[in-house]
Amino acid sequence: MVRLSFRQTRLISRGFCSLRSNQISVCVVGSGPAGFYTAEKMLKAHKTAEVDILDRLATPFGLVRSGVAPDHQETKIVVNQFSRVAKSERCSFFGNTTLGSSISLVELREIYDVVVLAYGAESDRSLGIPGEDLNGIYSAREFVWWYNGHPDSFNMTPDLKNTDTTVILGLGNVALDVARILLRPLSELEKTDIADHALVSLAESTIRKVYLVARRGPAQAACTAKELREILGMKNLRVMIQEADLVASPADEEELKKSRIQKRVYELLSKAAASPRDHSSAEQKELHFAFYRKPDRLLPSEDASRVENCTSGNRIAVGIGQFEDITCGLVLKSIGYKSLPVEGLPFDYRKGIVPNFMGRVLRSQQQDHEVVEHGLYVAGWLKRGPTGIIATNLYCAEETVASISEDIEKGLIKPASCSPKPGRKGLLQLLENRNIKFVPFSGWEKIDAMETMLGAQGSKPREKITTWKELIKAAND
Amino acid sequence: MLCRISVTFVDKDGDEKTIQVPVGMSMLEAAHENDIELEGACEGSLACSTCHVIVMDVEYYNKLEDPTDEENDMLDLAFGLTETSRLGCQVIAKPELDGMRLALPVATRNFAVDGYVPKPH
Repeated sequence: MVRLSFRQTRLISRGFCSLRSNQISVCVVGSGPAGFYTAEKMLKAHKTAEVDILDRLATPFGLVRSGVAPDHQETKIVVNQFSRVAKSERCSFFGNTTLGSSISLVELREIYDVVVLAYGAESDRSLGIPGEDLNGIYSAREFVWWYNGHPDSFNMTPDLKNTDTTVILGLGNVALDVARILLRPLSELEKTDIADHALVSLAESTIRKVYLVARRGPAQAACTAKELREILGMKNLRVMIQEADLVASPADEEELKKSRIQKRVYELLSKAAASPRDHSSAEQKELHFAFYRKPDRLLPSEDASRVENCTSGNRIAVGIGQFEDITCGLVLKSIGYKSLPVEGLPFDYRKGIVPNFMGRVLRSQQQDHEVVEHGLYVAGWLKRGPTGIIATNLYCAEETVASISEDIEKGLIKPASCSPKPGRKGLLQLLENRNIKFVPFSGWEKIDAMETMLGAQGSKPREKITTWKELIKAAND
Repeated sequence: MLCRISVTFVDKDGDEKTIQVPVGMSMLEAAHENDIELEGACEGSLACSTCHVIVMDVEYYNKLEDPTDEENDMLDLAFGLTETSRLGCQVIAKPELDGMRLALPVATRNFAVDGYVPKPH
């Protein structure tokens, strides 16, 4: 009798295994475009996959919410698609859940078959010049977070009243964004989803002149035509570009011939330099393009509490020993974002990315010997470095998901032995044990509804909630 | 006078699907109504390049209105851009386009906005 029962038990457990054996549990860390495109493609490619998307913030969507400028609302429309993914049957969002403090990478890998890290780049490249840590110097990333109401930048309070000049180092689209927000008439910002504390600050701003300081020339400008066209076309803005800077070397001409993007940007800059618009308004603000200049040092003002002068050296390739000083009270570094490493994760400090091959994380990269960390992948900026547009993540996610699918097919993810990982159930249990109140997608929807309602009162698409405490409260109401 | 035109979409695997598109409808809208996998992140507001399509025959390409600066700005960023590329949300069905064939671009491994091809690591 006893032996019969024993055999029956074994038969039951084998049956249980084969039922569950093709279910794949996936955890995506980061809910920006990289995370959401990865989740969407995983769900589509694997009809039994369950995907959980984690974010340390209570709000999803990454830089679509906290990076895209307030006057670029159409660029944010993609959140509709991401919301459909989050609300789909096999997907769950876990906000207020931080890799490292809420749960470790090791724990995630024990709970899920597949872990994809898509947490982007929340730090900055540094200039490495004297004076970099004076007051009044911020990274563009922090400044953008500030006007977009990111809870981590709530207390930044940049002083826009101590000076009439801002120097922005860099000439990518982020540099143009911050310049544009500083120069836009208030009436144009009032009806956007710009954070209220930023609107108040900008209303009192005395900044009238903005310098865009670029190491290289117009043929190498990293910004794109849409953003450039927009800022060059702003009303009551005097654009100062020196025609001499627009002279293209033979090497420049070669580069321009090969790239449609560069060519169109160069043409816009040439046109602006050759035919400055007629301005007679006294209220005019100024935008200066300073090419071939590299910041040499940042100098403090007399009371050593803010930046006063910014010295630049001409011609980046070979410093020609000429210097000029620009007096300013605010410096924004827009020279690139940088990813942060996490405990237990291989990291390439030089490139600022996780070493990987087509999205598969590499444990080490010796000369001819790459060891893959099975089941661990990367997507987005953490994988490629902090470049590209939202759509770049579409193709990036496709590549990572293709790698995952290949690995599943080869049996590298689900070993033959039958001990299925707990997946979502395991995460829920762990978070409960640690008393971590994660924010589900429905919690974000409550925040969303409240922000939209508050915004309607001021004819804004939304009024952002900008502190951690208020965000959590709104999510739980 | 045609009130619907025939348009054939060819996906990156070469599979074809021919659909009927009412005059006045954009190719993006038509694709979505027929379950054709054309991305449309900004839902037709000229703020992205994900609905990029390639007009396969140059005679049809020439029948289209020239792209505006705004469309060209977005096309700058499209992946796998060709001489006959357009944004699907800006191609509007009209009788002269009956029989048009549109290819969905093949995803490239070139992720850089400026056309730079990174060395494989």
